[in-house]
Amino acid sequence: MADEVSTNPPQLRVVLAKLGFDGHDRGIKIVARILRDAGMEVIYLGLRQSYKNVVNAVEQEDADAIGLSMHNASHMTLAPKMVAALAEAGLEVPVVVGGIVPDEDIEPLLEKGVAAILGPGASAEEVAQTIRDAVASMRAETSQA
Amino acid sequence: MSLRGLSPADIFERALAGERHALGRLITFVERDAAEAEIVAEMAHTRAGNAHVIGITGSPGSGKSTLTGQLVKLLGEAGKRAAVLAVDPSSPLTGGAILGDRVRMEDVASPDTFIRSMATRGHQGGLSLAVPGVVRLLDATGYDPIVIETVGVGQVEVDIAGTADTTVVVATPGMGDSVQANKAGLLELADLFVVNKADRPGASDVRRDLELMLDLSHLSGHDQRTGMRPEIVMTTALSGEGAPEMWDAIERHFTTIADNGQLTERRINRDVAEVRNRLMADLESRIDVMLTGNSLSGVAEVLDAVAGRSLSPTAAATQLAARISDL
Ligand SMILES: Nc1nc2c(ncn2[C@@H]2O[C@H](COP(=O)(O)OP(=O)(O)OP(=O)(O)O)[C@@H](O)[C@H]2O)c(=O)[nH]1
Ligand SMILES: [Mg+2]
Repeated sequence: MADEVSTNPPQLRVVLAKLGFDGHDRGIKIVARILRDAGMEVIYLGLRQSYKNVVNAVEQEDADAIGLSMHNASHMTLAPKMVAALAEAGLEVPVVVGGIVPDEDIEPLLEKGVAAILGPGASAEEVAQTIRDAVASMRAETSQA
Repeated sequence: MSLRGLSPADIFERALAGERHALGRLITFVERDAAEAEIVAEMAHTRAGNAHVIGITGSPGSGKSTLTGQLVKLLGEAGKRAAVLAVDPSSPLTGGAILGDRVRMEDVASPDTFIRSMATRGHQGGLSLAVPGVVRLLDATGYDPIVIETVGVGQVEVDIAGTADTTVVVATPGMGDSVQANKAGLLELADLFVVNKADRPGASDVRRDLELMLDLSHLSGHDQRTGMRPEIVMTTALSGEGAPEMWDAIERHFTTIADNGQLTERRINRDVAEVRNRLMADLESRIDVMLTGNSLSGVAEVLDAVAGRSLSPTAAATQLAARISDL
């Protein structure tokens, strides 16, 4: 039996986390509210998360996407490692990185499997749309294969 | 492993084998009330019925998640495979939600604990369908006990917690919580009270208030109905103090109702309530189709007659009731 929600596109579920040790959660909290206001369900993990924690959350919450907040120079190591940890767990879930990422790092990150990068200037609409697009293209990719 | 291209039955097999993403996906089916949900429910029901289901409810911010985290930590240490279903309200405006219970539990919970966050998704009727479905899946895949966290504000959330084998109501000092609990009907529901934030001033006052209210409800027949007077346990969830005592009290309650036959009765009632909720939802959607669509001949005429004041709404409902089964 269908409920009234099933006529709408299924609600996206997004895990939001910050890896490693840098300690600001302002940005990630703002993103959480943006995504909620865009109608998504945010599983908020917050600060100091490990890859394992994120993988656990994605599995148990059956998340559609992951948002990683990055505000120090470690994105070049942390984000690709996150992508690899997901692949190893067999999880086909896009990783969107938000934060301050220098231009020259963008291409290498995308090459390493990060789905998209959002700079600090992104509007609320851009943030939400980037997540939706990342989910859509991951689905297109996996249904072809 | 990837779940790509697997049938619901395959995914169910994987979940039985302990693959957590498979279980996560099954829960999504149930949550969306997708076509797969019915198949899954069938497979789960024959295997379920073993787990001790614990409801934890109380005011926003009373420490339910922190407390649940401490509880599942203990359970993990005792070698149990516990699961948590944490329900939070969706924003009525956008349908979105920030589900923040998990972060409070994850630090302490053992890695074997399965934690699922769930939003109410605006349709409360749906919640009373989805929660038992998810609990059944967790039960069928070997999780025991299962803890359901809901905020004790809406009637449905309260009902959900109340369908557990053991319902824990969390109160805290300084919020007039015990009075609130009384208003929301939580007092009637509680098998066990926890006064959390016992590190704060006023905790013993809350305890005293609760004792008084229980004395009164004793007079009004509470104890006769439930078979036992709810215990009151003091906890400080932040440090974990009192959590072992809380678990002991939960187990004592479970043993008592298992011995006095009430457990069986509660579970039968729970199943009947679920069938009832399903039927209600089904009827409701049929009625909506009947009244808003043109799928049944003659309905429009009846409604026109009501609008034209030649037929009363009562008489119209009587006529239309006979036709619900045609849909
Ligand atoms: N002082 C004190 N604070 C506590 C205690 N337990 C929880 N808290 C704090 O209370 C706040 C809320 O805790 P949660 O566990 O999220 O409460 P909750 O009832 O799950 O909240 P909601 O799910 O939002 O309704 C947090 O800041 C906790 O750190 C306690 O025993 N003592
Ligand atoms: Mg909570």
